[in-house]
Amino acid sequence: MKVIENYFYTKSHEWIQLLEDGTALIGLSDYAQNELGDLVFVNLPEVGDDLIVGEMFADVESVKAVSDVFAPINGKVLEINEELLDAPQKINEDPYGAWFVKVEGDVKPETLLDATAYQEYLTELEA
Amino acid sequence: MELKTPLYETHLSIKGKMVPFAGYLMPVQYEHGILAEHKAVREQCGLFDVSHMGEIVCSGKDALLNINYLLSNDFTEMEAGSCRYSPMCNEQGGVVDDLIVYKLNDEAYFIVVNASNKDKDYAWMKAHQHGNVEFKDLSGDIAQLALQGPKAEAILSRLCTELPDKYYSFKANVDVGGLKALVSRTGYTGEDGFEIYLANKDAAALWEMLMQEGQADGLLPCGLGARDTLRLEAAMPLYGHEMNDEITPLETNLKFAVKLNKAAFIGKEALLTQTVKRTRVGLKVIGRGIVREAMPVYKEDQKIGVTTSGTMSPTLNAAIAMALIDKEYKEMGTKVEVEVRGRRVEAEIVRLPFYKK
Repeated sequence: MKVIENYFYTKSHEWIQLLEDGTALIGLSDYAQNELGDLVFVNLPEVGDDLIVGEMFADVESVKAVSDVFAPINGKVLEINEELLDAPQKINEDPYGAWFVKVEGDVKPETLLDATAYQEYLTELEA
Repeated sequence: MELKTPLYETHLSIKGKMVPFAGYLMPVQYEHGILAEHKAVREQCGLFDVSHMGEIVCSGKDALLNINYLLSNDFTEMEAGSCRYSPMCNEQGGVVDDLIVYKLNDEAYFIVVNASNKDKDYAWMKAHQHGNVEFKDLSGDIAQLALQGPKAEAILSRLCTELPDKYYSFKANVDVGGLKALVSRTGYTGEDGFEIYLANKDAAALWEMLMQEGQADGLLPCGLGARDTLRLEAAMPLYGHEMNDEITPLETNLKFAVKLNKAAFIGKEALLTQTVKRTRVGLKVIGRGIVREAMPVYKEDQKIGVTTSGTMSPTLNAAIAMALIDKEYKEMGTKVEVEVRGRRVEAEIVRLPFYKK
């Protein structure tokens, strides 16, 4: 499974990319999309909603089931990726490009996994 | 510990995603994914391992008498070589299981039952048998493959020269690529197709042969995920969802398989006197969201029923569901709301099936 350098990750398989202007993008990892299978529906929060670390802020549905997506940081939603609402399959096709929300918030890298740590975590999971 | 079908190793070798289902480890999908598998069955062909299903043979001089007493459909006028669907009811008219009866001859019937119910069914049949009859559970010895889709006939006819012509008919003891099998023109997808029963030891060889033969026709291996989306589009009821011990076949619109004018059968009295208050309907979701099973259905503030199955329909590209609702709201076009994880989603009552070939 693909893991991107310079992104941070959670054990629940969200990724977070820090942008130069201090905001961040959040999405689901390649491992997650592969485990979930074909995604057919996405529910996103609204602009202005608060994210609370560890709490669900979105959900995705595959043909078979619904899964929650958890906030990796505390923050506020600045923008949502509306394209995903009509084309949830983009998460399967390009998991690291298909961001869910753009947030401003309190990023604590020490509470997240870097690419190397996430890769190790995946290796453990698949062992 | 889950059981494995004789195709377990085959599934692993082609990257089947294995999940526990009805006591077996079964592939929910393969590497192409549920949507591609679903599409293959609608447009080309798909191959399913359904060896977890149960097979029970009822034989003896009183075989017909017994199945007519156990099952709600009527088997009196039935030709050898044909198949017939039926619920099997309890005394209250609820459903013990739904199944398909294959008539081998006047004194032998091959009965195919749901995987999750096979032990219960076998015990039920034995407990209610009478006269000169024997029930034999062959589930552990028989594998079943389902070849489904518009190209199924073309593919299978290259390996077998004696295919059943008519829907719901079968041929026993035919040669499929050198293997002995029973082949029926049946399925659970809403497409033309075949179900092939054969000895466990031959299952992997037949799978390989079919996959190879169908390669140029776009044949894909398909898992339980696609099996469920396909049967739901075709509005085929599934035990444990559209019916159970407490839902009668009259409530779930299976009246065609309940013959109340035949001699006594288990559940007849209850079904004769039942005032049917609820009915099975199709729902098409208008709002945003996917409706799943066991979600409450509302008309304004009144709860009028509950969903029994639901999914995103790959063919219609819309969320669909079946529900058991109060009969008075069954009119096509009626707008209702379904509560999806705390949120009301609008839906409309539509004609079943959602998809017809």
